[in-house]
Amino acid sequence: MFLAVRELWFARSRFGLMGGVVALIAVLMVLLSGLSSGLVEDGVSGLQRLPVHGLAFDEETEVGSAFSRSRVNEEQLQEWRDRPGVEEAAFFGNLLVNARSDKDVPIDLALFGVEEDSFLAPETAEGEGLGRRDGLVVSQSAIEDGVAIGDVLTVDRLGTELEIVGALEDKHTYGHVDVAYLPLETWQEIYAGITPEQEADPAVYTEATAVALRAEPDARIDHSTGDDEAGTMSLPLEETFAASPGYSAETSTLNLIKAFLYAISALVVGAFFTVWTIQRKHELAVLRAMGASTGYLVRDGLGQALVILAVFCGLGLGVGVGAGSLITGSGVPFLLEGTSVALAVVLLIVLGLLGAMAAIVRVSSIDPLAALGGQR
Amino acid sequence: MTITAASNAESTDENTEGLLFEGVTLRLGDGDATVTALDDVSISVRPGELVAVVGPSGAGKSSLLAVAGALTVPDSGVVRAGGRDITGLSRRARARFRRDHIGFVFQSGNLLGALTATDQLRMMTHLGRGGRGHDPQRLLEEVGMADKADRRPHQLSGGERQRVGIARALMGEPTVLLVDEPTAALDRARSHEIVRLLARETRRSDVATMMVTHDHDVLEYCDRTVQMTDGRLSE
Repeated sequence: MFLAVRELWFARSRFGLMGGVVALIAVLMVLLSGLSSGLVEDGVSGLQRLPVHGLAFDEETEVGSAFSRSRVNEEQLQEWRDRPGVEEAAFFGNLLVNARSDKDVPIDLALFGVEEDSFLAPETAEGEGLGRRDGLVVSQSAIEDGVAIGDVLTVDRLGTELEIVGALEDKHTYGHVDVAYLPLETWQEIYAGITPEQEADPAVYTEATAVALRAEPDARIDHSTGDDEAGTMSLPLEETFAASPGYSAETSTLNLIKAFLYAISALVVGAFFTVWTIQRKHELAVLRAMGASTGYLVRDGLGQALVILAVFCGLGLGVGVGAGSLITGSGVPFLLEGTSVALAVVLLIVLGLLGAMAAIVRVSSIDPLAALGGQR
Repeated sequence: MTITAASNAESTDENTEGLLFEGVTLRLGDGDATVTALDDVSISVRPGELVAVVGPSGAGKSSLLAVAGALTVPDSGVVRAGGRDITGLSRRARARFRRDHIGFVFQSGNLLGALTATDQLRMMTHLGRGGRGHDPQRLLEEVGMADKADRRPHQLSGGERQRVGIARALMGEPTVLLVDEPTAALDRARSHEIVRLLARETRRSDVATMMVTHDHDVLEYCDRTVQMTDGRLSE
């Protein structure tokens, strides 16, 4: 590193320019990973926080529209209850509605219908839990959106009145809409489109969107056999995220942008070190003539790349986190997760090193003979 | 073993410490375009001796340096430096040999742009010569560059760069000093200074120095001059 450090200082403006590009990419990377974590959080946090291992939809449904199209019945529920490895199974209802509070605040809600005594019943942080037939337990984010415990919400078109009796501790959202838990029967009535004046057919109370599954400790749910027996299409919880509105499109767009940034960063660093190595060809030949080994020259070059990448990625990380904390809470779905940000920055450094490596291995082909005779 | 020892004693011409070529032939290129760069060359340079090699361009002077410096392996013949046959060494072993036994002085110095004069010399210890070698400050003093030790090559004149180049070549206490056209970029007065310095350092360091040059003006400082024509040497 004797030479590497002195060269970094001597050619600091050139290294600084390249480092600036790397730093900007790192900033973008931090913001993008914050945005994608934020979007995931905003899109499926309600699903992520369900205490389940899988969901079984009707076998006729496709993954993309499972939550809106699927209907499961009690036979399917019972089949799953009896499966080995399944500790518990319960009806889970999912429905997006528009509502308006008695203070005239419009709010969109994802109604999660669960049985009050099932393992799906949420833990409330404020107010009461599920119990009252018209009682809603809403996501903390709904409180932030302008409704409060005690407010009465009217579901559009049906006119069903629901009162907010409790709030969850965290943000629970589904498809960028706040989640509200309510008793399964109430959910079933709303799902069937029963107005308060109508009398519900008993068949209404035999259906839900899906069967929520919880595996026994250390057991894995046998999805394919269970599906054959119950006539369902079951998915592990993480795979159901793709059924949430917009989830696949958002995450694949962001992942594409991230992949491009990784490639750009590796290429920028690779291109810089290619030019840098070619510029120094004569000097490298002199060093080889003086007896420097290929290993010494490669180590020196990679050391330079590592210093540049670490310093400027660190700089970008700092700026990105700073900018991210300004964005957080401004309404944009943005969440800085330590692990995903760290992973992004480490990957930037590793790919940058690979790019530099591809350029630096050229030194092994430099002939020390070039040091003799006239130069440049 | 005894046979090797006997043939050694016979052929080394009592020169076991310096640089020795015996019947060295080097062909360059391939097929029809083959050029015999060195044609059965034998020469001996003893420690403390400065030998000049003169000759027209393309006569094989650079090839002579390349073979002496273990940069190129000859097709036949034996090259000994410091008593060791260097023709059979691997690439890696040749690099190590250069590091430990050869000092190069290049045209116009060929210093590293990023390093100060002192660091050019300290660089040599970082190449792996370990604790061996001179004190950079003292060496710079010897070549008259002590007051410019902190300058980088672009802040030095051609002659000054060459002085630093000479000091750098001597850093690792080489057995053999190989000098490539040291005066190519210098005016007359500087050329004389530089070659005089080379002659002085050759004696002081007791190193076997071979200098390739075009410059017939500076031959007075050399112990011996050999002429090279079409790959052949003549005294």
